Amino acid sequence: MAESVKTLAALKRHIASLERIPAAQPCARVATGHASLDQALDGGLARGRVHEFFAPPEEEGAATGLALILARLAAGEAPLLWLRTAAAGRVGGMPYGPGLAALGIDPEQLVIGVMADDAMLLRAAVDALRCPALGALVVELRGRAPLLDLTASRRLALAAEGSGVTPLLVRLGGDPVPSAADTRWRVAAAPSLPLPGNGPGMSVFDLHLLRRRAGRDGLHWRLMWDNGRGVFEEWRGGRDERHDLGQHVGEQDSGRRDRPAPLSGAMVPLSADRPAADRAA
Amino acid sequence: MRLATLDADALALGLTPGMTLADARAREPDLRVFDADPHADQDWLERLCDGSARYTPVAALDSPFGLILDISGCAHLWGGEDALAREAADRLERHGMRVRHALAGTAEGAHALCRFPVGAAADEDAALRRLPAEALQLGEESAVALRRAGLRTVGDLAARPAAVLAARFGEEAVDALHALLGLGRRPLAPRRPRPAIRIERRFAEPMGSTAFALKTLTEMAAEAGERLGERGQGGRRFEVVFFRSDGLAFPLRVETSLPVRDAPAIMRLVQERIDALSDPLDPGFGFDMLRLTVPQAEPMAPTQLALEGGEARREESVAALVDRLSIRAGRARIQRLEPRDSHIPEQAQLALPAVESRPPASWPQRQETGDPPMRPLHLFDPPQPIEVVAQVPDGPPHRFRWRRALHEVTRYEGPERIAPEWWTAKDGRLEGKSVGEGTSAGLTRDYYRVEDARGRRYWIFRHGLYGTEAVHPGWFIHGLFA
Repeated sequence: MAESVKTLAALKRHIASLERIPAAQPCARVATGHASLDQALDGGLARGRVHEFFAPPEEEGAATGLALILARLAAGEAPLLWLRTAAAGRVGGMPYGPGLAALGIDPEQLVIGVMADDAMLLRAAVDALRCPALGALVVELRGRAPLLDLTASRRLALAAEGSGVTPLLVRLGGDPVPSAADTRWRVAAAPSLPLPGNGPGMSVFDLHLLRRRAGRDGLHWRLMWDNGRGVFEEWRGGRDERHDLGQHVGEQDSGRRDRPAPLSGAMVPLSADRPAADRAA
Repeated sequence: MRLATLDADALALGLTPGMTLADARAREPDLRVFDADPHADQDWLERLCDGSARYTPVAALDSPFGLILDISGCAHLWGGEDALAREAADRLERHGMRVRHALAGTAEGAHALCRFPVGAAADEDAALRRLPAEALQLGEESAVALRRAGLRTVGDLAARPAAVLAARFGEEAVDALHALLGLGRRPLAPRRPRPAIRIERRFAEPMGSTAFALKTLTEMAAEAGERLGERGQGGRRFEVVFFRSDGLAFPLRVETSLPVRDAPAIMRLVQERIDALSDPLDPGFGFDMLRLTVPQAEPMAPTQLALEGGEARREESVAALVDRLSIRAGRARIQRLEPRDSHIPEQAQLALPAVESRPPASWPQRQETGDPPMRPLHLFDPPQPIEVVAQVPDGPPHRFRWRRALHEVTRYEGPERIAPEWWTAKDGRLEGKSVGEGTSAGLTRDYYRVEDARGRRYWIFRHGLYGTEAVHPGWFIHGLFA
């Protein structure tokens, strides 16, 4: 028995060395600002890991919007790269600078790559992931994207681990297939908190965690993006449709003092690698 | 409006530069007037200066109307100084210019003698001393003071002790006098276009191997980088031509978004370009010559390695990524957005190639108040037509059909009325053009931010005001919100 345990440990070490993931090393996390989400993910999205966002084609606004926002959070002040295909531009419209700016994503720090096809897109994505100066990478893929198989996604993951650039894959109309992604999500738009006069309010996203490497999955959140402060907040609409929440972080008042209305279980996180002033601004 | 300059005939009529045009016209109704264009004059003068390279390698501009040629050691080729001057004057007169010239030992002397003709004199020194004091070009105030002091010619000034002149008229008066008389020498700044960087390698035998050709190219790139470094420049564009022994030539061109003079960086880009060729580089019977030129270079400071891996390294590296992707995918495929000053939504931005350098743009800052975005994340250009049911023809949308799916509007905000650019319309009337023709004039649009029952947010508009501009205004979807 003792021998088999030893063998198992040796095998695990061997696999870890094959996978080139330092087994016990915690990777840096990008806090989203949503308390229960961050807690469920041990502090936020892992930096330098592949994250996949699945959505039906008609949810493209929400899916790319969420991916861009998360990319902005992951990148800090560094430039972003948004790769898409020319076909995506014809179907889904062009990125619009004033809208990006209004969402809190500086268009000046965004480079857009419009590639001819998926093959060129994936090649460019691997190239971009080898450039550590890049903040984050958003890859928009439409349809089943058969080229993004396990090998291709493994290639992306390795490049990302090497450089620490966070790739966010937006899969519009795709189905989850085995991949090297760290987390896999399903995104949809959700009814916003109306403004006075029943106008559409801040962007609200429905987020299902479909799979997470070495972690709990099947969770669901509803996030509201506060573009003024640059953090996600808990949606505090009338009807709460959350199925399963991580534990609420208790009444931590430190980040809530400046807030007009108290929220349930939301707090302002301070990530380790960004200065506090940056956050507060 | 004043007269900037006049030709000899006009001067003979008594007109002077600086006169108002109305006065001149009153005196001479048939005056032919042209707008002054100092830039064109300067360009023309520079062209003439470059053309003077046939007489001497040291030719300088003497703005606004003159050229100074240093013909020391060149005159005998044309049969003497006077013959050279005559040749040059004839050549310019053939182009319809009126030319005056003077020869002197110093540039200042020639300049003054040319503009203030003195009669025949025994020698150059005597001629210079006979020049009026204005020839020193000391400015209006000093000229008046000199005249009041009774100093009318250069000779009068030269007869006075330098210390006295300096005390009364300033150091520059003495300097100008000495320069004119050839006592102190001011260097001439010749205008010489920098030769373009162009490096060629010829092989004694045609080179059958592309790898060897690339190795040679690496050496050439290093040499180009060294030459660029001496000038304090970096190349923005590099052109490589592979000449094949059977007469074919393969030109390649790489562009960078930041000036580069680092040979490995240049070679990486060239390699990318070669990899991206649809028709691979075929040596055939061998390459017999390689040529590397740098048609576009920009100032680039000598770089210092950042000790703590600072900000400079990071920016460089993203620029390198942009270059690489632009070369592989095509320069128009890697874009940056640039704001344009227009209230028409689809004209408020431009997507420009990211390799083109440009000043940082100023986008409107995100609002701090926490309002939701007023502009969509994705914009359809052209806008896509939708079918809308509204309760009243000029009211908000109730439900709409887009891409065969029906959307119930649960929340809306609007209308935000965006009028066409009436000032660009011809004869003051706007023609009802359909959306997406790229015309700025058109119909008024009423934009609504709407949210459907599932929470998706859209930007839709009614094209044309009901009743006044359109009988049945069409509806379009123009963007998607996050």
